[in-house]
Amino acid sequence: MSLSAPPRVVTVALLGNPNTGKSTLFSALCGVRQRVANYPGVTVEKKVGRTEIAGRTLDIIDLPGTYSLAPKSPDEMVAVDVLLGRRSDVAKPDVVLVIVDASNLERNFYLLSQVLELGLPTVVALNMTDVAAAKGQKLDIAALRKRLHIPLVEVQANRKLGIKELKAALADAVGGKSTAIESPFPEKFQNEVTLLEELARKNEDEPLPRYLVERLLLDTSGYLAEASISGITPELLKEVATARERLKIAGIPIPAVEAMARYQWAAKVLKDVVTRSKQRPTTLSDRLDKLLTHRVFGSLFFLVVMLVMFQAVFWINDALRIGDGIDYAAGWLQSLVSSILSEGALRSLINDGVIAGVGGVVVFLPQILTLFCFIAILEDCGYMARAAYLMDKLMSKIGLSGKSFIPLLSSFACAVPGIMATRVIENRRDRLVTILVAPLMSCSARLPVYTLFIGAFIPNRTLDLTLAGWGIHVPWLRGLVMFSMYMIGIVTGILVAWILKKTLLRGATPPFVMELPSYKVPGLRIVWQRMTEQGWAFLQRAGTLILAISILVWGLGYFPHNSAKIEPALIEQQGRLESQLERFSPTELEENNDALKLKSELAAVENQIAGEYLSDSYLGRMGHFIEPAVRPLGWDWKIGCAAIASFPAREVVNATLGVIYNLGEGAEEQQLEETIQAEKNLNIPVALSIMVFFALCAQCVSTLVIIRRETGTWLWPLFTFVYMTALAYVGAFATYQIGMLFV
Amino acid sequence: MNLAQLSIGSRGEVVHVEGVDEISLRLMEMGLVPGTEFTLLGAAPLGDPLELEVRGYRLSLRKSEAARVDVILTS
Repeated sequence: MSLSAPPRVVTVALLGNPNTGKSTLFSALCGVRQRVANYPGVTVEKKVGRTEIAGRTLDIIDLPGTYSLAPKSPDEMVAVDVLLGRRSDVAKPDVVLVIVDASNLERNFYLLSQVLELGLPTVVALNMTDVAAAKGQKLDIAALRKRLHIPLVEVQANRKLGIKELKAALADAVGGKSTAIESPFPEKFQNEVTLLEELARKNEDEPLPRYLVERLLLDTSGYLAEASISGITPELLKEVATARERLKIAGIPIPAVEAMARYQWAAKVLKDVVTRSKQRPTTLSDRLDKLLTHRVFGSLFFLVVMLVMFQAVFWINDALRIGDGIDYAAGWLQSLVSSILSEGALRSLINDGVIAGVGGVVVFLPQILTLFCFIAILEDCGYMARAAYLMDKLMSKIGLSGKSFIPLLSSFACAVPGIMATRVIENRRDRLVTILVAPLMSCSARLPVYTLFIGAFIPNRTLDLTLAGWGIHVPWLRGLVMFSMYMIGIVTGILVAWILKKTLLRGATPPFVMELPSYKVPGLRIVWQRMTEQGWAFLQRAGTLILAISILVWGLGYFPHNSAKIEPALIEQQGRLESQLERFSPTELEENNDALKLKSELAAVENQIAGEYLSDSYLGRMGHFIEPAVRPLGWDWKIGCAAIASFPAREVVNATLGVIYNLGEGAEEQQLEETIQAEKNLNIPVALSIMVFFALCAQCVSTLVIIRRETGTWLWPLFTFVYMTALAYVGAFATYQIGMLFV
Repeated sequence: MNLAQLSIGSRGEVVHVEGVDEISLRLMEMGLVPGTEFTLLGAAPLGDPLELEVRGYRLSLRKSEAARVDVILTS
């Protein structure tokens, strides 16, 4: 390495095993100064933070937590490419910072030995020495420093101890000498790598780095060979195969040699550095683990935790939306706008497009924050891995792993945070399957649709019980219908997951080999940061798009707004009523019986006019246009129109129905129920068909946008929309046709 | 004898890990290499996966994965 002037901005790559406190260290180093983006083409998040020390600026790239730098998927390839300077969107790191868990050095040193082979200046942050002490381990840090020949800084990331020293060590390490260690591999193996490296150099202008040549030789999973990496040629692969043969004969088994060599190296470095007490003390964490993975108590505890989490997400939505929160604020803003602007396109745009659209985005925030509060606590205290451990057997029956359980459970409250929670699933195929079936779980936004149609059409058969003098009326039929709606989603979800795993996302079962970390008290700062991070990410990267689509659908429902198409008698009546009302004083308008009567007549007329405008709007025309297609579902154009209008969010269907049936969009549920009951086109099979459609359809722009964000491509949201709409159509069709046989 | 056949509480030593695919690679990366000592701590309430103590930490793995690990008992 040259000793020329050090760069002004130092790029540091932060790497470490999962559960070593890496995110905590990252935020201790950079605070809130971090940017989050996605690496194109993969689902890995690109997190970069910035900090200063002694006039130097450090850009810290937080690489995904990993046990090994042996890529077996494009997502895992990102870290290797960043470290080797092979990504055009990230500067080649000047320094690598490896965080290690002091209570678990052997396994953590496996990754370290891989990093050291890259030859980049490397600094080790030794975290969690307190946990090591609790486990009865003694660490000779001075001896360890001597053996490693690289800077090693003791930190306690959660208490922000040693951070300054760590920054100084990072700045000092820049431009320092290469830290390549002697390779831990046997000489014969190294010679084979050298031969292959020479061959790779001959073939390409851009020669494959030695580390990747070594990986290619070791990767028996076949990922690298098929990953179409420039520099991996058929000749090279042929040579790799013969090299493996030669090594096998020489008694060097591929791939086992890597783990053996690296763990041998770790054992050599750690000999006499770590001394374990003969009788390992039973820690509080051990006792907790015994209890929390206990057959009976552990299962019960898990159920309670899940129930509380689910109820909280469900409740926060109810409390903030229907109560005095978001709806109230939106209503207040809308009446403010109405008092300033006269009736017209602009007022409608602001009230029904922008404010309603922003409300539709903001409404997800409390749910996202609540769910991630729970997830961050569960993750940080170490229970998340146990939850996956407890549920794995059940989830493996549909080809998924225990890690899919919490995202799917959360989706019953709302698919948006549920899909965001799939980040815990490292395997790309498992994660995609979970994302694609999550929207089938009946979320809280479907409830208003279910309650409206159940209330209007399903007879209230009750089971009357008398218990200790208390009369209990169980509305069993309505309950049964509601339960069926949830079951339709679950059963379809299981089938779709199973089919996807057999067809489109087929592949070898991913390993479930994972660490069960020690329990600890969750850090409030980390929990808070995780919540706000997710909230912001949603607002910034999904919010604008959701808003745009909401406004688009508003436009479809508003324009062309041609008054010539409205029955002249209605407009005349409206004018007459308005002028009659002008004669009353403001107090009379509130109290006088005649005025009140006129006002309600006016409202009815206005609602009728709104209904006619909607019927003539582009949306209404689309409703008429698709009527032949929805006829077999038992729907008329009004329902078709409401279904299209509900594309931004399912619950919008109630408001649209309100307008279509001339009740105004703020129609009371009672009133709406009575109106649709009286509608001659509607009966029980039609109501069931509508409910089944909404149980299965993807009418939720936020879900589709978040799928785009999480998968990095429009392909998957499109796929979700198409398959769910097709299922919804078929389901509604079958429901109506079968239902009509009984009417 | 393989790891999936052991009863809870057994202590043993890894002899060999079968296979060269992603799962076997991961088992070795996590420290299950020949000569490594372990204790089988327990199983999840539904009987699978298993929980091991190895190299001073807790590892969970499915029975189907554990069946790839040949072991001998040490006590």
